[in-house]
Amino acid sequence: MKVCVTASHEGIDAPVDDRFGRAPYFVIVDTETLETTSIANSTVNESHGAGVSSATTVAQSGAEALVTAHCGPRAFDVLNAAGIKVFAAQPGTVREAIEAFQNGVLTQLAEADAPAGGLRR
Amino acid sequence: MKVAVASGKGGTGKTIISTALALAWGRTALLDCDVEAPNAHLLIRPEITGREIVTRLVPRVEEELCTHCGLCAEFCRYHALAVLPKRWMVFDELCHSCGGCQIVCPTDAIVESSRPLGELVTGHRDELLFVQGILNNGETQPVPVIREVLGRSPEDRDVVIDSPPGASCSMLTVAAAADIVLLAAEPTPFGFHDLKMAVRAIRELGRPMAVVINRSDWGDGSVRRFCDDEHLPVLLEIPHLREVAEGYTRALPLTQSAPHLTPDLIRLRAKLQALITEAAA
Repeated sequence: MKVCVTASHEGIDAPVDDRFGRAPYFVIVDTETLETTSIANSTVNESHGAGVSSATTVAQSGAEALVTAHCGPRAFDVLNAAGIKVFAAQPGTVREAIEAFQNGVLTQLAEADAPAGGLRR
Repeated sequence: MKVAVASGKGGTGKTIISTALALAWGRTALLDCDVEAPNAHLLIRPEITGREIVTRLVPRVEEELCTHCGLCAEFCRYHALAVLPKRWMVFDELCHSCGGCQIVCPTDAIVESSRPLGELVTGHRDELLFVQGILNNGETQPVPVIREVLGRSPEDRDVVIDSPPGASCSMLTVAAAADIVLLAAEPTPFGFHDLKMAVRAIRELGRPMAVVINRSDWGDGSVRRFCDDEHLPVLLEIPHLREVAEGYTRALPLTQSAPHLTPDLIRLRAKLQALITEAAA
């Protein structure tokens, strides 16, 4: 299956980015072959609606699961509607996140855990 | 004439000044456009005679016509739409009611539906006409409500508008509808900073401006110097008066808490009128 991990750079060795809607890259990894596709996030700098747009991008990528640290309510709604399960990432690389996912140690998010409009920091 | 009382920073005295002007000038209209936190009614104490719901248009889909092509979501600058292979979703709070999604839809699957956004309240106190906009809790778009309030601006009298704070769309919508913008300035570092932002934004609109310095005995004089350097006429300076603060806690307008200022407020009318005439020439 294809799994999407939010990342700060391209590729499987990129660090996991803890935002969803404004993560610089979506790295899509095929868990069987470790074949990797990196999609640049076009909504990194949007003031509103980054989550909706990013969730659509992930849905279009064919990913069935998403590993990210935090996810807002609108993004979660879209991911949910697309049947994409959301898992909480641990700090590390995309490769480590995929391993943790396959080992079944990641917690699935039952609901959005970040405010709409992104984490203020 | 239409005078918008704006500021940049909140709490500099927009409501105190706008209500005082409207009351001092007699037969006027006071439009409370600070729709996210309207409070001019507390000082005006109008008799409320009308309440209407303000709505705005948001898109809905006729599922049987939708091919999920995604053109609408691609068009939407605000990412209010998500189109998945089997689902069409809209986030009303992100929608700016532009109608673009309906236009680009190749199968005419999108219809517009009206959604309550706020309230328009009308009333009067003696000869003063009062109009207030209220944005519903949780709504993020004040501008459509502000436009409704501005739409009730009467032509047969002077209009004073209590503007929202800030220097973004809300305030600029009000400034653009006014003949002149009167800035309530506060000589604190934060007040000064935001005053400069407001001046820059209003200048883009080409509206004439004037300033009332509130709590004028505070600070180091930099607000006054800025106004002089920028050729912004300072029409009135109100020092920090205990009776004004005390009156405010009892919801008394400036005309009652500091009646000695009323002649100055009345003189402001002719000064503003002269500035409008000068700007038009």
